[in-house]
Amino acid sequence: MPFEWFLALRFLREGRLQSLLILAGVAVGVGVIVFLSALITGLQASLVDKTLGSQAHVIVRPEEEQARVLGNSDAAVTLRRENAPQRRELIDEWQPLLETIAAEPDVLAVSPVVSGPAFASRGAALEAITLNGIVPASFDQVIRVSDSIVSGRFELSGEDVVIGRELAEDLGVAVGERIRLDGGEQRSAVFRVSGIFDLGSREVNERWVFVALRSGQSLLSAGNSISTVDVRVGDIFAADAIAARIAERTGLIADPWTKLNAQLLVALRSQSASSFIIRFFITVAVALGIASVLTVSVVQKSSEIGILKALGTSTERVRRVFVIQGGLVGLIGSGLGSVIGATLALFFSRIAQTPTGEPTFPVDLSPQRFLVAALVATVTGLLAAVAPASRAAKLDPAKVIRRG
Amino acid sequence: MAEPILQLEGVVKDYGTEVITRALDGVDLRLEAGEFAALIGPSGSGKSTLLNLVGLLDRATAGRVFVAGQEVATLDDRGLTRLRRRTLGFVFQFHHLLPALTAEENVMVPLWAERGRADEEMRRHARELLGEVGLAERAGSKSGELSGGQQQRVAIARALAMSPALVLADEPTGNLDTKSADAVFDLLRRFNRERGTTFLVVTHDPRLAQRTDRIVELVDGRICCDNPWPPRGGERPQGTMAQER
Ligand SMILES: Nc1ncnc2c1ncn2[C@@H]1O[C@H](COP(=O)(O)OP(=O)(O)O)[C@@H](O)[C@H]1O
Ligand SMILES: [Mg+2]
Repeated sequence: MPFEWFLALRFLREGRLQSLLILAGVAVGVGVIVFLSALITGLQASLVDKTLGSQAHVIVRPEEEQARVLGNSDAAVTLRRENAPQRRELIDEWQPLLETIAAEPDVLAVSPVVSGPAFASRGAALEAITLNGIVPASFDQVIRVSDSIVSGRFELSGEDVVIGRELAEDLGVAVGERIRLDGGEQRSAVFRVSGIFDLGSREVNERWVFVALRSGQSLLSAGNSISTVDVRVGDIFAADAIAARIAERTGLIADPWTKLNAQLLVALRSQSASSFIIRFFITVAVALGIASVLTVSVVQKSSEIGILKALGTSTERVRRVFVIQGGLVGLIGSGLGSVIGATLALFFSRIAQTPTGEPTFPVDLSPQRFLVAALVATVTGLLAAVAPASRAAKLDPAKVIRRG
Repeated sequence: MAEPILQLEGVVKDYGTEVITRALDGVDLRLEAGEFAALIGPSGSGKSTLLNLVGLLDRATAGRVFVAGQEVATLDDRGLTRLRRRTLGFVFQFHHLLPALTAEENVMVPLWAERGRADEEMRRHARELLGEVGLAERAGSKSGELSGGQQQRVAIARALAMSPALVLADEPTGNLDTKSADAVFDLLRRFNRERGTTFLVVTHDPRLAQRTDRIVELVDGRICCDNPWPPRGGERPQGTMAQER
């Protein structure tokens, strides 16, 4: 074993109480950091998850002027406006558009959607809905409806409709039963409920209705056009940039999820910022603790240091003895702290459960978190040791030996 | 002896900046390899100061110090460390050992500090030295578990670990009872005889000084007397042990 490592370990072992106290200090600090960030990351991930569970990462829609230029005659546009002022503009030549968007880097899936307001009725029950005509196979790549089916299947042949749990309750229908969908302009048809979903949001479960793209187009009088292209991306936090690229490439409007959830994002950001500030000050406190314990240890060990130097131990080696101690305290302390933090986080997630026994949100205990904690604590320990170590290295052996 | 192991020429050492204490005031001294010399003098006469200069732990204010032919003023911190490691051994009055280390590890320190890594040969060497000072069976003891005399014997083993040409001992028996002091002194003598190691030993004890080959006396920072022992015309000739070998 290298001399300086041997001495560092021996000094730590010899200063038993001091070493234990500072290790405990580092462990508590790292524990709080791990716990806090596991909690916050878990909370944020689950918030984002819930939000994006029923929302495309990027939604591409036409610009109004452009829609007018594209295809339709002025008369048609005017007519459409007058009859259905709430209805959006449409995209006509959408097949090549799908390919263009799908070819963008970091785009995982694209799906055409035609959507608009409509009514669903069964007997006397009538509910306002948002009708979505989709291609189930590709749509499921963008928003995982199939994972959220609570009854029946996510299948849409010509006469099938998939509705949310709340709407099914409001209408009093079950899988296999029939409902009428009315897109206005005397266009209505009867569909068979093939599946019921629960996308985790009451509003979505009440309003969203899925039919096959073609059925949607005909109910909404959209011809062969679609309303939007829904996109799933690899990195949700790159959605803004990807949306901007898509907009530039296609000349259409591309809204990232962040734009539609600005408030959530602000909340996430301020949460991250406050957690960062807390972590920063804990790290500073840990660094000061390590530095002060090492400084005391250098004073206590000054006679040993003097002897070491008088016996030919180089200044550099003496310095390293103390820097290593700082690093070791950081490393070992962060190991203990990771255990403490993980235990706390697991305990917390167990007591914060929904009545059904599910955790309200999962804590994020990815190994990466512990690696980062260990790295930060070790580097903090090393840095905190620099000043005491150079103090030790500068000690004048003659003075120490003379003092007696 | 072509080259003296130690040579001081007009060495002056001042302490302090405002109030200046002159601890050494023009010291000339020459020590040949193999000598066993005592440095005596009243308290405050500059003995420790002289030893620290020779031990490369401090620098002279004026004058020249040569250790093993090297003028020390020309060396930087690293050069001093190296010369100290290769040429010098120390036995201090206080702070004998590192309390966190065992006797064996303490003896290993100089070699370990030089090579960076411990190996089996280093351990064997340390145990041999401990055997020579009669402490083979205490190799694994921490210094707190050893008596004062035993600690000083470990310190001697450590001073000899690098086979230094010159061993400096500052009142090595100052804290010991008479019996332990005798044993420690005998040990130093023995190494001087067997290995030809040069010793410069500061002592208060006239009884011990008389068992050396040469007595150098400092008074107020100057060498007042420097005589071979026993004095010329005594039962032993001027010839020293080294020359007898
Ligand atoms: N670091 C120091 N600062 C100031 N004066 C010192 C220092 N070390 C020694 N002295 C003074 O130098 C003189 C010689 O001291 P020292 O060499 O320790 O004598 P000795 O070892 O013979 O007792 C004394 O007057 C002492 O007070
Ligand atoms: Mg002294």
